[in-house]
Amino acid sequence: MSERVLEAEGLVVTFPGDAGRTAVVDHVDLAIDAGEALALVGESGCGKSMTALSLLRLVPKPGRIEAGHIEIAGQDVLALPIPALRSLRGRGAAMIFQEPMTSLNPVLTVGAQVVEAIRLHERVGAGEARRRAANLFARVGIPDPDARIDAYPHQLSGGMKQRAMIAIALAARPKLLIADEPTTALDVTIQAQILDLLRDLRHDSGMALLLITHDLGIVNEVADRVAVMYAGQLVETGSRELVLGAARHPYTQGLLRSIPALAPRGARLTEIPGSVPSAGAWPSGCRFHPRCPRAFEPCPRIDPGWTELRAGQRARCHAVANEEAS
Amino acid sequence: MSAAATRADVAPILQVEGLRTWFPVRAGVLQRPAAWVRAVDDVSFEIESGRTLALVGESGCGKTTVGRSLLRLVEPQAGRVVFEGQDLLALPRAALRPLRRRLQIVFQDPMASLDPRMRVRDLVAEGMQVHGIGADETERTERVAQLLARVQIDARHMARYAHEFSGGQRQRICIARALAVEPRLLVCDEATSALDVSIQSQVLNLLRDLQQELGLTYLFITHDLGVVRYLADRVAVMYLGQIVEQGETEELFRAPQHPYTQALLAAVPSLDPARRSAAAVVRGDVPSPAAPPPGCRFHTRCPRVFDRCRVEPPAAFATPTGESRCFLSDPTEPRARQERAS
Repeated sequence: MSERVLEAEGLVVTFPGDAGRTAVVDHVDLAIDAGEALALVGESGCGKSMTALSLLRLVPKPGRIEAGHIEIAGQDVLALPIPALRSLRGRGAAMIFQEPMTSLNPVLTVGAQVVEAIRLHERVGAGEARRRAANLFARVGIPDPDARIDAYPHQLSGGMKQRAMIAIALAARPKLLIADEPTTALDVTIQAQILDLLRDLRHDSGMALLLITHDLGIVNEVADRVAVMYAGQLVETGSRELVLGAARHPYTQGLLRSIPALAPRGARLTEIPGSVPSAGAWPSGCRFHPRCPRAFEPCPRIDPGWTELRAGQRARCHAVANEEAS
Repeated sequence: MSAAATRADVAPILQVEGLRTWFPVRAGVLQRPAAWVRAVDDVSFEIESGRTLALVGESGCGKTTVGRSLLRLVEPQAGRVVFEGQDLLALPRAALRPLRRRLQIVFQDPMASLDPRMRVRDLVAEGMQVHGIGADETERTERVAQLLARVQIDARHMARYAHEFSGGQRQRICIARALAVEPRLLVCDEATSALDVSIQSQVLNLLRDLQQELGLTYLFITHDLGVVRYLADRVAVMYLGQIVEQGETEELFRAPQHPYTQALLAAVPSLDPARRSAAAVVRGDVPSPAAPPPGCRFHTRCPRVFDRCRVEPPAAFATPTGESRCFLSDPTEPRARQERAS
């Protein structure tokens, strides 16, 4: 039985809108064990990044966590006083983002930033911290680490900056790494290197990974389990094999069918008609119903709720519920 | 895509030969060029009428500069760009305008291409006005309505501004705007890269339908190999300012010849739940195009490098459906024979 590293239940994040506060994240549940990778997938505006930020209480104002329970490494995140929360960020869970340049301090060497992260969480001397920083750089695959720790962020390539970010994130040996589109800004050959690194880190250290992405290929490469998000809600979850190989929710199916790489050459791609609704304008009933090819009578009126399928797969869909009942 | 076309119909609409676009890196008080960024360095390809060529490569490889050089949005230093029989690089700038009508470009970011202060009707009609298409405003408005309907935008919304539309709708407006002047060749520079996958499929289907209806020719500039495989007839792969391999799409994906093409294809995440990709093939980063490595430009990262690659720049050698700039495709290279034998 492996150790549960993240448990989030009934997470609700709201922002003020025209008609009161709108839930951009609406009752989301997530759980990840040590050494496991969960991918949270969805298109822009679905609430996946806000979900990730909420886990470390990083939701920007005027947004706020309205309801829910979050436990990281056994600690009740929403009840923690600020000093304990600071220690949790980094040691319990660390986060990396799409654009490393916005997270790195441009006037400090990358080495100084790793050293800062190490000494924030542990009492070690400057020499020892620098030695550990160089080790971390070597670990994330930065060549010539003893020289590169004295480089400023602008002197590194995009792939090297993302590696430096990961080194900073690993400085306090977190139990959970939250990676928000970590390779979206990178070229495909560099992306392959970073995905390798994320795989290795989990296998070597038992770190858990929450990967936020819009790219189902990356999900397939890295994740053990998948949670698909649409319009602020999870709509399907399950193992990577089931969600990508035997998707049941019409939205997941539509996403997979609209990928050009999976379509026969020259054939028409399956379209999901219309566009993603924006927060505050979520449709009634099932939020996907205006775009759904399988929508029927109850869909515009009643929230479908979860239907449990096989081997932990579940889908939030009336049509799937009917199939299972018959 | 128009597979029914006979050989006679598919004469090249565009022939690019030895295209060179270098950017100066200026230094000193006199601002003399101290170095040159070799963004596009001896690039040659052609596109047959009504077909799609994909120009692929990673950031900084020069693919976008090729697109811009064709339209002379940047000025190339050397080469020929023969479009419908005329060398665009030999023409005085004033003579370009009528040709620009036949050669349009769609960019990645529709918000940057659409003037936020103009109504959609005027955005689409602007090119028609410039090129004297349509007898009067009423006729142009009618044509705008037809074009918008064709790209699945409600023509009743033509009085709205670009910001009132979603990302996918804006890109369709850009396409309508390009089509308004009846181009023969459309350069699509990462035209679907910023779109979510469910919206991208709408735009790709539209481009595919338009090609079939209007016989359009596409130069599709992209980093997305999934899109390339889906819609291109031929593919040219760029690395550090040069085309390293080109060929027919299916052949190139089935049996890539150049080690860079092989690495690029291997790096694409697999979508098959039964199979994950192997570990990364290529290590390290792309060198700077201001100081490309001697010999083969890929030799610093190539898993199959040997001595000749480090000193001699490879020519383009023939492959089954195209060419590859790699000594392993040189029939006289002993190393190539060895690798084939083993």
